[in-house]
Amino acid sequence: MNLKTTAAKTGPHFGDSAFKWLTLCMALSIFVLVALIGFELASGSKLAMHKFGWHFLTTSNWDPGNDVYCAAPFIFGTLVSSLIALVIAVPISIATAVYLTELAPQWLRQPLTMFIELLAAVPSVILGLWGIFVMVPWLHNHLVPVLGKSLGFLPLFQGPNYGPCMLAAGIILAIMIIPIITSVSREILRSVPGLQREAAYALGATRWEVTRIAVLSYAKKGIFGAVILGLGRALGETMAVTMVIGNIPQIVPSLFAPASTQASVIANEFNEATSAMLTSALFEIGLVLLGVTVIVNALAQLLLKTFAGPGAKPQQ
Amino acid sequence: MTAPNHRWRNFKNVLMQIIAFSCAILVVTPLVLVFYHLAKLGFSSINVAFFTQLPKPVGELGGGMGNAIAGTFTLLAQAAIIGVPVGVLGGVFLSEYGGTRLNWAIRFAADILNGVPSITWGIVVYALLVVPMHGYSALAGGFVLGMMMIPLVMRTTEEVLQLVPASYREAALALGIAKWKTIVQIVIRTALKGIVTGVLLALARVAGETAPLLFTALGNQFWARNLTEPISALPLQIFAYAISPYDDWHRQAWAGALVLLLFVLAINIGVRFLTRDRFQPKT
Repeated sequence: MNLKTTAAKTGPHFGDSAFKWLTLCMALSIFVLVALIGFELASGSKLAMHKFGWHFLTTSNWDPGNDVYCAAPFIFGTLVSSLIALVIAVPISIATAVYLTELAPQWLRQPLTMFIELLAAVPSVILGLWGIFVMVPWLHNHLVPVLGKSLGFLPLFQGPNYGPCMLAAGIILAIMIIPIITSVSREILRSVPGLQREAAYALGATRWEVTRIAVLSYAKKGIFGAVILGLGRALGETMAVTMVIGNIPQIVPSLFAPASTQASVIANEFNEATSAMLTSALFEIGLVLLGVTVIVNALAQLLLKTFAGPGAKPQQ
Repeated sequence: MTAPNHRWRNFKNVLMQIIAFSCAILVVTPLVLVFYHLAKLGFSSINVAFFTQLPKPVGELGGGMGNAIAGTFTLLAQAAIIGVPVGVLGGVFLSEYGGTRLNWAIRFAADILNGVPSITWGIVVYALLVVPMHGYSALAGGFVLGMMMIPLVMRTTEEVLQLVPASYREAALALGIAKWKTIVQIVIRTALKGIVTGVLLALARVAGETAPLLFTALGNQFWARNLTEPISALPLQIFAYAISPYDDWHRQAWAGALVLLLFVLAINIGVRFLTRDRFQPKT
C-alpha cells in the first residue's frame, strides 16, 4: 500500500472532490433509470391512449383484426392469478417462517433456510418448463377432475378441463413467492425482542400461544409488508405464468379456464405485433403493470422500513 | 393447578406444531421435484455435443446449445461491464457520502427498481436501443441486463460497506490519508469479498432472466458474429424449445434447464460458502 501522508497539504484535495462527484453521478443514475422507464413507456403508449382513452382499462374487446385492443382481461388475469398465489402462499410461508424461527431444531435451521433461499434463485423459465411438462398434466389428470366432481357446484370449479389454466398459474406463482415471503417473515420474526416471548412463557402460555400472542401480533406489520412484497413479485412475473396459463384473453370466473396476464400478453404478442396500434396497446398495458407494481412495492418498502427491528431488512 | 381447558390448549399446541412442520416440508418439495425432473429428463442429453454444437433443424436428432451457452456468457460480460462500475461506485456514494434525504430517496428508488417487472425493462430498452438501431442485438441484450444489475449491486455494496467498522476510516483519516484513498484502499479493500459476493449474486439473477431478452437479444439459431446481431441465450433457447411441439427439442430444453440451474445454484451456493466465516450461523 502506498499511502502518502499529507502533512504538507491542508484543505480538501482534488482527488476528494473528483471521487465524490464520480460516485454521486453513479448513484444518481438510479433516478435516470426511473425517469427513462417512465418516459419510454409513456411515449410508447401515446398512440393507444389517444385512441382508446380510459375505456382501454375497462372494456374486454380484444380484436386484432379490427385493430381494437383493451386491458381488462389482462388486468383480471394478473389480479386473479396473484390472488390465488397469495391465498396459497401466505399461510404456508408464515407457518414455515414460524417453524424456522421457533420450532425447528437448531441444527436444522440454517440448512433449511439456505435451501428455501435457493428456491428463490431458480430462474422463472425453469419453473415454467417444469410447470408445462409436469405440473399441468398432473393438474389435468388428477387435481382438476377431483375438484370438479367435489366442488363443481361452485362456478369457480366449473368448465372444461383444458390443462393450462388460471389455477396452474396461481400455483406456480405461489411456488415462486413462497421463498420471498418466508425469508422476509423469518427476518421479521427473528427481530421480535426475546422479552416478549419470555413474558408470555412466564404467564403460562403454551408454545403455540407464545408464538400467536407475543410474536405474530408484534410482527403483524412486518409480516404484512412481506406479503405485499410477495404480491409485488407475483404481479410482474412473466415466463412461468406465460407457459402455464393458456394465453386466452377472456374473463371467465372459473379456475379451470385459460386466461392471460398483462405480462404474458406482452411476452407473447410484442415481437409479432404487426400494427403500430398493437405495439402501443402493449406499451400501455406495460405502463399499467409498471404503475401497479411500483405502488405495491412502495407500500411494501414503507411497511418493512417503518416496522421497528434491527433484523428487518427487505430482501428481493 | 392446571387451567380447566389445558387439554384443549395442549392439543392446539401440538396441532400447530405439526402444521408448521408440514408447511416447511411443503415449501421444500417443489425444489426437490424440479431438481428430480431436471435430472431425470435432462441428464441423459448432456454430452460434449450439447455444449459445442449448434441447434439442428427439426427432424435431425442431436445438435446442442453451444451458441446459447456462449450467448449467455457474452451477455453476462456486457452486463457486468455496465452494472459493476455504476453499481459499486453508486453504493460507495450511498455508504460514504451524501446527505440523509438524498440517500433515502436513492435507496427507495433503487428498491423500487428492483421490483420493476423484468418484461418492462425489456420493452423500455426495445424502445431505447432496438428501434433506433433498426434491429435486435446482443448489445441491447447486454444493456438491459446491465441496467437490471445496477440497483441490485448498488444496494448490496452499500450494505457491505456499512459493515466496515468506523474505526478503520477514522484511523486512516487520523493519519492524514485523503478521504478518497481511505475509501478506495482501505474500506473497499476490506469489504471486497462482500462486494464480489453481491456482484456474483446479481449476475446469477440476471443469467436466468428471459423476458427482457425476448425484445432485445431476440435469440439466434447460429453463432452471433458480432455484437450488433441478435444473440442466443440459454433461458431464451429453453423457452423457445419448451413451447415448441417437438419431442427432441423438449429433451434439449430439459438439458439446457439443468445446465442453467446448476450454473445459478453453483454461484449461489459458492457465494454462501465464501461468506460463511464473515457471518456467524444464524439461529
